Amino acid sequence: MDWQALRLSLALAAWTVVLLLPVSVFMGRFLATRSFRGKVLVEGLVMLPLVLPPTVFGFYLLVLLGRGSPIGDIWQDLFGRQLVFTFEGLVLASVVFNLSFAIQPAQRAFEAIPTALREAAASSGMSPLRALWVVELPLAWPGVVTAMVLTFAHTLGEFGVVLMVGGAIPGETRTIAIAIYDRVQAFDMEAAATMSAALVAISLATIAATFALSARVGRRLGK
Amino acid sequence: MKLTRRAFGLSALAFGLSATAGRGATRAGPPVIAAASDLRFALEEIAAGFQAETGHKLRLTFGSTGNFARQIREGAPYQMFMAADEDYVLALARDGFTRDRGVLYATGRVAIAVPRTGSGLRADGTLEDLRAALAGGRVTRFAIANPDHAPYGMRAREALQHAGLWAAIRPALVLGENVSQAAQFAMSGSADGGIIAWSLALSPPLAAQGRFALIPADWHAPLRQRMALMPGAGPVARGFYEHLQQPAARAIMARYGFALPD
Repeated sequence: MDWQALRLSLALAAWTVVLLLPVSVFMGRFLATRSFRGKVLVEGLVMLPLVLPPTVFGFYLLVLLGRGSPIGDIWQDLFGRQLVFTFEGLVLASVVFNLSFAIQPAQRAFEAIPTALREAAASSGMSPLRALWVVELPLAWPGVVTAMVLTFAHTLGEFGVVLMVGGAIPGETRTIAIAIYDRVQAFDMEAAATMSAALVAISLATIAATFALSARVGRRLGK
Repeated sequence: MKLTRRAFGLSALAFGLSATAGRGATRAGPPVIAAASDLRFALEEIAAGFQAETGHKLRLTFGSTGNFARQIREGAPYQMFMAADEDYVLALARDGFTRDRGVLYATGRVAIAVPRTGSGLRADGTLEDLRAALAGGRVTRFAIANPDHAPYGMRAREALQHAGLWAAIRPALVLGENVSQAAQFAMSGSADGGIIAWSLALSPPLAAQGRFALIPADWHAPLRQRMALMPGAGPVARGFYEHLQQPAARAIMARYGFALPD
């Protein structure tokens, strides 16, 4: 068992969740409550990582963030370190690649809140932010948490993108999924089996948590 | 108000989680050495000896030489590069990605590998048995490293071309991303065999699983393996570079079937 790789994956997943939590709430609510020209396009873009092969995404990241690219150079000037082959690069890749998982479940939860409730909050003089806080989030939070659980689990399992922009550096970019791949090549089937079993356990826990949470959303809004 | 506190608790928890990342440790951590996959077992042994002797840890990452060379050009933070084919190191040196032209540290060999069970092939270095098996339609899957970017794959292709078997074997080929993946494919039981690095054939986990035979060295271009330090290499990487040229490390390399420079 490569504990360093597991710790790295957990850290990557935690960072992704922390950064995507506000995006999940605000984009989810925005897409649930507003209609505007080009909304289909935005929703399509949010969905794109779901269907896009990770290697395609990884390829574009390598081109867009690599040495000599504008973003890569700005980052290098700011932090003295480059983005590809680093943990920060993985975090950025992971945030973008998890947009669908982070936004979709939250959007569904906000959509389930009756418009009348929102109007009542507004007419009683609540600011939109306060209405979100005391009226909408208490109803929609299971959707947001589902989004975060999915994001967390998906990040732990991500392989293709990490392979393309990571470089399998121990303690930096060798996540648990990459470590499994590496152990198989090292004929260390025992370690590969242990780590695979750990990922299966985490994935099962994720599914259980998601089911429990969606049942809860159903109960809250179903009556 | 209660909610606010709960939300605060949640975000505090999330930040606590992320703090476990221990980011400082990786930035100033042990130097990263990028090494060709044929070194996988030999170099781990040498690095363990280096650590026992100096107390310094190294982070080894194994892959195909061509991929590492590309990553170094894209700015990968390796401090040292041990290639399976010196051309890649010399090209990097020419373009200023390494400190200098480095040194030749070994010459590798390729071998035919056949799993102990489940294959109709014999480990025959002259590839005559492979020729007969191909003619008899007894080869369904045969593993080599990807000849586009893995030196051992290129040499495997050259050896097969020398034997006049390339066209016949192409439909059966499965390509490993690097030579240790090719070896894993060859030994998996799902392939009839493969052409892999002799150094891997001599490693304990593989030796137990298969039968191997050297392919004549003059059937392919030599696998002149060169290593070089990167401009940002620190004292530990420089120490390891020296260590590799000392008798203890050379003895390990020789045990893994490498021919050593004088």
